[in-house]
Amino acid sequence: MSVLSEARPACSEGFAPKTVVFPPDRPLLTDGGGRIAPLTVAYETRGTLNAARSNAILLCHALTGDQYAAGVNPVTRKPGWWEAMVGPGKPFDTDRYFLICSNVVGGCLGTTGPASINPATGKPYGVDFPVVTIRDMVRAQAMLIDHLGIETLFCVAGGSMGGMQVLQWAASYPERVFSAMPIATAAKHSAQNIAFHEVGRQAVMADPDWRSGRYQEQGVRPEKGLAVARMSAHITYLSEAALQRKFGRKLQDRSAPTFSFDADFQVENYLRYQGLAFVERFDANSYLFVTRACDYFDLAADYGGSLAMAFKDTKTRFCVVSFTSDWLYPTSDSRAIVHALNAGGASVSFVEIESDKGHDAFLLHEPMFIATTRGFLDSAANARGLAPDGTSK
Amino acid sequence: MNVTPAANAPERPAQPLEQPRLDLAVIAEMVAPGARVLDVGCGDGALLQLLAQKKGVDGRGVELSQRGVNECVAKGLSVIQGDADTDLSDYPDDGFDYVILSQTLQATRRPRAALANMLRIGRRAIISFPNFGYWRVRAQFAFGGRMPVTGRLDYHWHDTPNIHLCTIRDFVEIVDELGAHIERGVAFDRAGAPIRFSAPWWVWNLFGEQAVFLLERGDQRL
Repeated sequence: MSVLSEARPACSEGFAPKTVVFPPDRPLLTDGGGRIAPLTVAYETRGTLNAARSNAILLCHALTGDQYAAGVNPVTRKPGWWEAMVGPGKPFDTDRYFLICSNVVGGCLGTTGPASINPATGKPYGVDFPVVTIRDMVRAQAMLIDHLGIETLFCVAGGSMGGMQVLQWAASYPERVFSAMPIATAAKHSAQNIAFHEVGRQAVMADPDWRSGRYQEQGVRPEKGLAVARMSAHITYLSEAALQRKFGRKLQDRSAPTFSFDADFQVENYLRYQGLAFVERFDANSYLFVTRACDYFDLAADYGGSLAMAFKDTKTRFCVVSFTSDWLYPTSDSRAIVHALNAGGASVSFVEIESDKGHDAFLLHEPMFIATTRGFLDSAANARGLAPDGTSK
Repeated sequence: MNVTPAANAPERPAQPLEQPRLDLAVIAEMVAPGARVLDVGCGDGALLQLLAQKKGVDGRGVELSQRGVNECVAKGLSVIQGDADTDLSDYPDDGFDYVILSQTLQATRRPRAALANMLRIGRRAIISFPNFGYWRVRAQFAFGGRMPVTGRLDYHWHDTPNIHLCTIRDFVEIVDELGAHIERGVAFDRAGAPIRFSAPWWVWNLFGEQAVFLLERGDQRL
């Protein structure tokens, strides 16, 4: 692990995630023709795997998420990203299910990514890291699931980029996915989605400290560029109504504008804070790679342009969820998934949750979303023969 | 009356058995056990639950109101938000054994297209609807000179979702036009008693407040 910890961004020094290392004879061959070996996958588990190994749920994290869905994140010291949904008595009930969450390939919290050491050079990969896709992320997850000795996942769930992984799992390994919850997501990245990601990447690359992606070796970090990328992305995660409610035109610690470029408005101050907090925990090159993976996602393209073919004759039970004020992955994107599943004769539920919190709603405490998830998982657990204590009936 | 309800309330059975809506009970009786069923306009999922309990069906639902959909999914039913007028065309041929439309036909924009779609998606279709030929409806209109408001049709003309009301005779005619045949039919009077099967259509049409029909697709496709 010493090699890996050297490759971590400054913020997470001394941080030792739980990992599995796949040796060079078990490489991850990427869609882009790359080869990642050795491959380290960092992951967390909660709950207990039952004797029949039938109660495992894989949670897929979003763009800048990590394996710490619940509990305290050791890097940020904040609650896990899905604290609202994961834990004892919560919909993803750790008393009933065995929860698995891994850091995506290309990420920066323990799984091999651009900050890891390239064995060919002995230096960090940087931009020489193979461009990975959502399917590559899912391949790495499948290797982990194999390693854990789990044949069929009871459920694969996730929002946003995590939802794309859910769809990819259901398409690539239909017999290994008993139920699936793609949330606030799309089967392909839209032009608008790609456009926002490109703004973020250009902000990173325009930072003089990016150094053509070799900043690690030169002891600097493109913090300003990455912060700007996060600021612009953060706007897309919220709704106009939520911004208005939270900030409006309120001024920050002052009663009148200063006629300067200080953060006069609360919303400016908030975004600056979001940007600063983000650079502390995230690697700039990783940001380039994970946004790129989303951009390349177009599930139908792998199935002759027909999304229905991706799910043909699937036995997986689906619950698709969208949120009314999410303009990044709007309800129409979820409907396209539902139509494809229907055409393929799949068992599918679809719920659009009323919320004014924008795309981020899936991470927050939304009672109707929680009730929906609980109802869906309960009925799936019944069909799977899982007792309330997680044992196999 | 100054009565504390709790003090005088009769002791209720621990698990009161809820009586299903009359037409739902009849529909449930028409469905073969273990069938694949699509309930169009499934509301809060009462029929799908009944069918799952009584007949062990593999049921799916379509519901227009998001509230209804949310309630269904929270109950563990497979339901999507959708519209009988626009979304049935997304379903493949013969995807289901039965397609059910209960108390919804009269609220569709294109009832004939909806019925044709139902008989395409499933070999059998079950439809329940309020009979506009019912004598009380006729009497209110004929003698009162007002748009009828009855137990089954308890809306005023200006707020009703029912834009395509029909009588039992009208329905029988459209079934014929669609080349389907009626496998079974039941009409109920106001008290919920079924009208004698041997009675002629005009008796059904006059005394039936609501009707339930089980249709089977004809041999020729429309």
